[in-house]
Amino acid sequence: MPETREVRKTREGCPEERFEALLAAGEQIEPGDRMPDGYRRMVLRQIAQHAHSEIIGMQPEGAWLTRAPSLHRKASLLAKVQDEAGHGLYLYAAAETLGVDRAELLDALHRGHQRYAATFNHPALTWADTGAIAWLTDGAAVVNQVPLCQTSYGPYARAMRRVCQEEAFHVRQGYDVLWSLCRGTPEQKRMAQDAVDRWWLPAVALMFGPPDTVAGGADARTAAMGTSVTRRSMAWGIKRHTNDELRQRFVDNCVPQAERLGVTLPDPAIRWNEERGHYDFTPVDWQQFRDVLGDGSACARQRLAHRVAAHAAGAWVREAVDAYAARQAEHGERAEHGEAA
Amino acid sequence: MSEETVRKRIPWEVFIRPRRGLAHQHVGSVHGADADMALANARDLYTRRGETVSLWVVRSDHVRASAPDEKGPLFANAEHKPFRHPEHYVPLNETDGHDG
Amino acid sequence: MTVSEIPREQLDTAGYALRLGDDALILCQRLCAWITRAPTIEEDLALSNIALDLLGHARTLLSLAGRLDGTDRTDDDLAYGRMEREFRNVLLVELPGGDFAMTIARQLAYSVHCRLLWTELERSADPGLAAFAVRAAKEVEYHRMHAAQWTVRLGRGTEESRRRMRAGLAHVWPYAAELFESDELTRRLDASGTGVDPARLREPWERETAAVLAEAGLEVPPGAWAATGGRSGLHTEAFGPLLAEFQSVRRQYPGGTW
Repeated sequence: MPETREVRKTREGCPEERFEALLAAGEQIEPGDRMPDGYRRMVLRQIAQHAHSEIIGMQPEGAWLTRAPSLHRKASLLAKVQDEAGHGLYLYAAAETLGVDRAELLDALHRGHQRYAATFNHPALTWADTGAIAWLTDGAAVVNQVPLCQTSYGPYARAMRRVCQEEAFHVRQGYDVLWSLCRGTPEQKRMAQDAVDRWWLPAVALMFGPPDTVAGGADARTAAMGTSVTRRSMAWGIKRHTNDELRQRFVDNCVPQAERLGVTLPDPAIRWNEERGHYDFTPVDWQQFRDVLGDGSACARQRLAHRVAAHAAGAWVREAVDAYAARQAEHGERAEHGEAA
Repeated sequence: MSEETVRKRIPWEVFIRPRRGLAHQHVGSVHGADADMALANARDLYTRRGETVSLWVVRSDHVRASAPDEKGPLFANAEHKPFRHPEHYVPLNETDGHDG
Repeated sequence: MTVSEIPREQLDTAGYALRLGDDALILCQRLCAWITRAPTIEEDLALSNIALDLLGHARTLLSLAGRLDGTDRTDDDLAYGRMEREFRNVLLVELPGGDFAMTIARQLAYSVHCRLLWTELERSADPGLAAFAVRAAKEVEYHRMHAAQWTVRLGRGTEESRRRMRAGLAHVWPYAAELFESDELTRRLDASGTGVDPARLREPWERETAAVLAEAGLEVPPGAWAATGGRSGLHTEAFGPLLAEFQSVRRQYPGGTW
């Protein structure tokens, strides 16, 4: 069904039971369906945050497009950053089916009213960072996103299926960048290890949100808060797993990959736990991240300033596009009327 | 900027024919102030990887969609008519399924 | 085989491929700087698509050049191992900065030229060049459409977009002249059917671009002066920083593997 907003307006007074019945039957919610306001807000917030993360996430790697050390790497990186723009567009389009306009969402991003993954508030300092970002943060994103392909809001799930198909290439190419560096000169290997050292914690901590279980390292209060949000989201079929479950899955993926690569993950607590069947790792100290990475960090300010500047610099172009289209439409109408007469 | 914020944009629905012999399939939507722009945006967004033989863009507000409330009256008549389906009848070959 | 033993025809083809490959490579580099800074996210996508096509062209042409000139250099060797004076691109593609209108003006000048060139080279006597031209002509036709549509939109958009488009055209047009410069090498290649004498492309280029500008309600900028120098390695001062940035990582890690 085309995802038009008009549909939503025309239907009234549908019982909420229908929404609950659809969820209970494992069916997906589509744009025309009546949905509780809380559900709509939660889905919209998550899609918007996700879309913003794709757009801001273009910056750390985008900064290396002009310096990629081989033409092959330049092509891969261009294709990857381009995909991120594409993923942002899929997601903004999904958000628009909930009756908002992309311009409103961008405005909210630019004013700091809506968030993006704080992972990207870390600077990409060397070429190896492009590898570490793709391997670790995209690797974390895939762990998050695979379950979202089944999320209860139809347009979001469809966007995620497209994103996931494309994201697999991102992780592989990042790993491949690091693989080459680790098999290069000692200086190259040092660059790779340094990048992994800097991107490991941001990926583990920030790509999955705050701990939402006591086992995940949260204190009782944080865990209670996290759990209640997570529980509601899971009841509505938006999320399918707790943050901490996904975090564990990510760590379990990465440890053997790091070993094959020949880099050390910067967490001395990482070891296989036979009993749990998982790797142990240092619980996330969420407060520490909040303090260090608050929106006031230099890099956070630069990310937003870069985005705002680009948008402002392009305003005259967007105005020209609209003015031209309006004039064309006027012409078209006049021509039509002329024919009729 | 504020003007941009208030003006609602009508998106364009994108349909792709992935291979000859297949119907155009809805893949998502794009922005575009005019049809040329919507087509260019759809090309850049949806055809980067796969083979595409044809692309359609249709303004969202030009699609007349059935409302979910109309689901009953519009589509319910297809139920309770098992005689439209081949499985309703005696199989021609032993390998044909027969659930009736 | 030493360089002196290689037939001149082959060396000519190598030099020709190097020029055209450098054009694509350096324009790609300039377009890369737009990504994350375009007026819309859609344009981030469109410009990176074009940059990726140009990168593909550069890789094929530089590989061809390195194979034919007897030095057995790869595309990477040529892109990352040469100094400022060894690059043979036209000045048009290295021009720095500018707004979106300037970029569109340059894309229009370059892509109309390339579409004419690759279409001619589909019949090149050099089979490698001919095969490549078939693919490149299709890709660059899309770049031409992109630039032409934007030229019209900006030309017929607002007062401001029209003013900026006019300024962008005035800035880049004198540099387009270099695309049509003939020299001994191109004349020899034209005679043998391997290449095209660039001067032959000038008239159809003027006709095509004038048609787009007319549709955009814009005038063809007056031919105030004609840039030259790039084909003999005499670049603008902005080229040094461009190359320094482009080659920096690779030069910082000598003997590295990528």
